[in-house]
Amino acid sequence: MLYFSKLRIIFITLISLLFIIFALSNLFNFDNKILNKKINLGLDLQGGSYLLLEIDNDPVIEQKLQNLTVTIRNYFKEKNIRITNFKLLNQTLVFTSDENSKQIILDEFMSEESEFNPYYERFKSHQLDIVEDDNFFKVSFSKQGIVNLKTSSQDQALEIVRRRIDEIGTNEPNILKRGNDRILVELPGLDDPMRIKSLLGKTANLTFRFVTNNTEGSFGAEKLEFEDGTEEAMVSKRIILSGENLLDAQPRMDTENNETVVTFSLDRVGAKRFGKATSNGIGKRLAIVLDGKVISAPVIRDTIATGSGQISGGFTFQSATDLALLLRSGALPAPLNIIEERTVGPDLGQDSINAGMIALLIGFIFVVLYIFFKYKIFGIITNIALILNLFILVGILTIFEATLTLPGIAGIILTVGMAVDANVLIFERIKEELKNEKNNLIAFDSGYTKSRTAILDANITTLIAAIILFFMGSGPIKGFSLTLGIGIFTTLFTVYFIARLLTVLYVSKNKEKEGLIR
Amino acid sequence: MIAFNKYYNKFNILSVSLVIVSLLLLTFKGLNFGIDFKGGTLIELRSTVNKINVSSLRDNLSQMNLGDVSVKNFGNETDFLIKFENNENKNVIEEIKKNLDKSFGNNFNFRRVENVGPKVSAELLRSGVIAISVALFLMLVYIWIRFEWQFSLGAIIALFHDVIVTLGLFSLLGLEINLSIIAAVLTIVGYSMNDTVVIFDRVRENLRKYSDIKIFELTNISINETLSRTLITSITTLLALLSIFFFGGEVLKGFSLAMIFGVIFGTYSSIYIANTVLVRLNVTQKTVIKEDNKN
Repeated sequence: MLYFSKLRIIFITLISLLFIIFALSNLFNFDNKILNKKINLGLDLQGGSYLLLEIDNDPVIEQKLQNLTVTIRNYFKEKNIRITNFKLLNQTLVFTSDENSKQIILDEFMSEESEFNPYYERFKSHQLDIVEDDNFFKVSFSKQGIVNLKTSSQDQALEIVRRRIDEIGTNEPNILKRGNDRILVELPGLDDPMRIKSLLGKTANLTFRFVTNNTEGSFGAEKLEFEDGTEEAMVSKRIILSGENLLDAQPRMDTENNETVVTFSLDRVGAKRFGKATSNGIGKRLAIVLDGKVISAPVIRDTIATGSGQISGGFTFQSATDLALLLRSGALPAPLNIIEERTVGPDLGQDSINAGMIALLIGFIFVVLYIFFKYKIFGIITNIALILNLFILVGILTIFEATLTLPGIAGIILTVGMAVDANVLIFERIKEELKNEKNNLIAFDSGYTKSRTAILDANITTLIAAIILFFMGSGPIKGFSLTLGIGIFTTLFTVYFIARLLTVLYVSKNKEKEGLIR
Repeated sequence: MIAFNKYYNKFNILSVSLVIVSLLLLTFKGLNFGIDFKGGTLIELRSTVNKINVSSLRDNLSQMNLGDVSVKNFGNETDFLIKFENNENKNVIEEIKKNLDKSFGNNFNFRRVENVGPKVSAELLRSGVIAISVALFLMLVYIWIRFEWQFSLGAIIALFHDVIVTLGLFSLLGLEINLSIIAAVLTIVGYSMNDTVVIFDRVRENLRKYSDIKIFELTNISINETLSRTLITSITTLLALLSIFFFGGEVLKGFSLAMIFGVIFGTYSSIYIANTVLVRLNVTQKTVIKEDNKN
């Protein structure tokens, strides 16, 4: 245990130097790309917002089933199979049929080539489940059907969320999928998340529909409130134009009426439809509906064939900017709910960094003094190893550009406290060995050998805890497990290579000295 | 040599009562779950003027229909921590901001806002419980591979003792259980195990060495031989933790406190619980020799 080859010494020195350089690169700016790495600060240290969004897929499921009713009805009509009492209840389609058609219907739904099972080939699973009881059928999405639907709406929502956040222009946002119906958004440096929250909270489903004079409750029309809550209008369910047809939208100051409006331009299809509707509907009111609320419902005075127009609705400049942004980035496939939010202001983040650093420094000084007081010359060796341990730990975090959180700093401080354990185990063992063994070299050698299993045991138990935390913990806690876990490896390295090397150098120079360690 | 074994019985009685009291506390008083596990909203405010106090803030917020609002000073006079339960209103934070600005002038800095929905908090609680269970289970596996069953049993009993008593103390003092406490509990599990294993290692070594010493004496010898290591490591770990507790800021207070309790209990239990299990199971040289022959 006491022999070090020259090559090994060089190797240890080089590795230590390398990590020290990386650790120091946090303090300086190097031109070199490889050297100029920095530890990322977690949201709790640099300030920022963490938002967990959940996609409310219920409306999507309802909508898809609604669309399916048409498909199913047409499909069986062609085959001359009568289905009656067709209804959509609780995300389930129900209908009845007669005894003769029963088996045919079931077969059609279970068939692997039927158009009800568009991805049977790929997933070996049906899109729809069908249950029959006394000619009464219940059709709903299968497990796989729901999964597919959720994944696709998650993909779409992720794209829209990314566009909206990019439009606002926050720096280095982190937008990730979580599960199959959640989206995680991390916005560093953002100190007021209100605007983003309100922008992400809107589906931004824009439609142009005629206001009808039909009486209340009539088929094909619905009563909608105005955005400002002052009025209500009966609006046709028939959609003339939707947000999908929009090419661009911008806020503008309308100098004529002296108010802020949102101007928009339409794609070719949209322009054609808009032109036709405006020429047929002169004199009628055209409602502009956003997320089920009427923004405004101007009277059509002229045919608009240019494919561009403007929306007015008593906007402030801010609200017009936001609406234009929402329209440009497109509608979400389903509403998003913010189910978790954690925002830290930048000054609290700075306070946390300061507090963490002070705690680290003070904890470090106390541990170093105590160990020096306990072991004198070997205390100095332990402390050198401890300092290098810190540098290597920080160096590794830097190389991987890991994220440091406040609990992460706590993990480093705890590593300082626990790292000396290995050297303490060794030195205490050597002391015991020296009671029976007069030869310093032999005593030191067997001290190292006999303490090894205990040291490994001690570190493996902590490592188990750290690994579990890393995989099960969330956010800042992950940072704790990261520093604690890496700390175990750096501790073993510094104890077995650096502290042992220094010990060997010292002991071989003082072989004959009695009472080397007390 | 200190005669630790003289007090084996007394401390066993003490530990059994501590565990029973803790379990009773956990059953009847329960834990004070923070918003991570209960759901709700937390706001940390700093006022830029000195005149605002907790009660005026509480009066102001209680008019806002937020349900059960708790307002406390946080760290110092001008910092406040506001907590309330889950609220249907999506714009609640904006409204609080407006309301405070109206009543107190624009003197507040919203330093931290956390909002955890009921679904997320239930998930966090579940994954926390799973994490601790998995950790305990893996420790069990590790110790089972590593030692004879008598030792494993001792280590596991010591481990459960530490976790239960630490949580019991949190219940007694009404300290908040949040995500970082789960991290602390897991670290305690690791630390307690580590301490026990070091002593057990020595017990096993001594069992092989001395055939004529009874386990009652032998554990005492082993505890004494490893005592200075136990103390030094506990002291350096406590030094680090105390410095987090006093200087690491408010956010880490609960975490470091849980760890401080855990280290103290962990050190105590590896001496007075893990070892007494060996004594009560009457472990002899045969126990370890048999295992050696098998290998």
